[in-house]
Amino acid sequence: MSAEDTPKDYSESPINLEYFYTAGSATTRFLNQVKEGNIVGQACPKCKAVYVPPRGSCPRCGVATDIEVPLTDKGCIESFTVVHIPIPGNPIVPPYVCAMIRLDGANISFLHLIQEVDIEQIRIGMRIQAVWKPKEEWTHSLENIKWFAPIDEPDIDVATLRFQEL
Amino acid sequence: MSDSKDLLRAPFELAYNYKRSNGPIMSKFFEALGEQKILGTKSSTGKVFSPAAEFDPETHESLKEIVEVGPGGAVESFSWIETPQHHHLIKEPFAFALIKLDGADTCMLHMVANCNEADLSIGSRVTANWSEVQEQRITDIKFFTLEK
Repeated sequence: MSAEDTPKDYSESPINLEYFYTAGSATTRFLNQVKEGNIVGQACPKCKAVYVPPRGSCPRCGVATDIEVPLTDKGCIESFTVVHIPIPGNPIVPPYVCAMIRLDGANISFLHLIQEVDIEQIRIGMRIQAVWKPKEEWTHSLENIKWFAPIDEPDIDVATLRFQEL
Repeated sequence: MSDSKDLLRAPFELAYNYKRSNGPIMSKFFEALGEQKILGTKSSTGKVFSPAAEFDPETHESLKEIVEVGPGGAVESFSWIETPQHHHLIKEPFAFALIKLDGADTCMLHMVANCNEADLSIGSRVTANWSEVQEQRITDIKFFTLEK
């Protein structure tokens, strides 16, 4: 052990930032529905693309996405990563899987966990469904969904996940 | 469109610890704080840096000679904090001050407490007050107070 490695050469340096997050009107509407156990995306009135979580506008057309579209909590894995490195303060023990979830009827995906399956089994196009926390724990957060778990349905054709030109 | 008062708003806290490598000189500085001593480093021109510096920014020489400074010193500059916020370590009004410790040619940023704003001026004599528990951190000096 060199002199640089001795513990007293290091000091714990805490970093602490506190801030307020203000959801915009689109996110507020979305999270109010999430609190009730509903996933409601928003559609572009021009190109019909459905966004979930919605941000209030269509990045392709530059118009407000004011059409609300109730969605199912079923979808497929668009992409995934096996996380092997522990993140300090994260209660999830590696290895675990983060995946981009494409809900049925949506044109974009969001990040969530995949559980209740062997990691080797996970693949792009795999059918999955949300596993919700008990209703009494629901808040204004996608953490109301504990994770997504595979369901017994045939895989999605990966080609359908590709970017759709207007 | 929602009224802004209807928008969801939530507090967030981003907090984590990281390990800072102190290096050979700063390690000695922090270890000495644990023994209620304040160290500086002396250059070949005789200039004393405290908090201890590893290099002289003028001569670029590596500084090895360790000298003890303080615990008294003079206020070079200060900012009065009339209303401490929750993250401040002192809950009563206090000052952040640049303090030139006796024997040093550079200033240490620390706090001056237990005084009124009117009592404090540039040149005021202050002395280190030590924390009850020494942890080899800069907060081992609890704060400075005006010399009696």
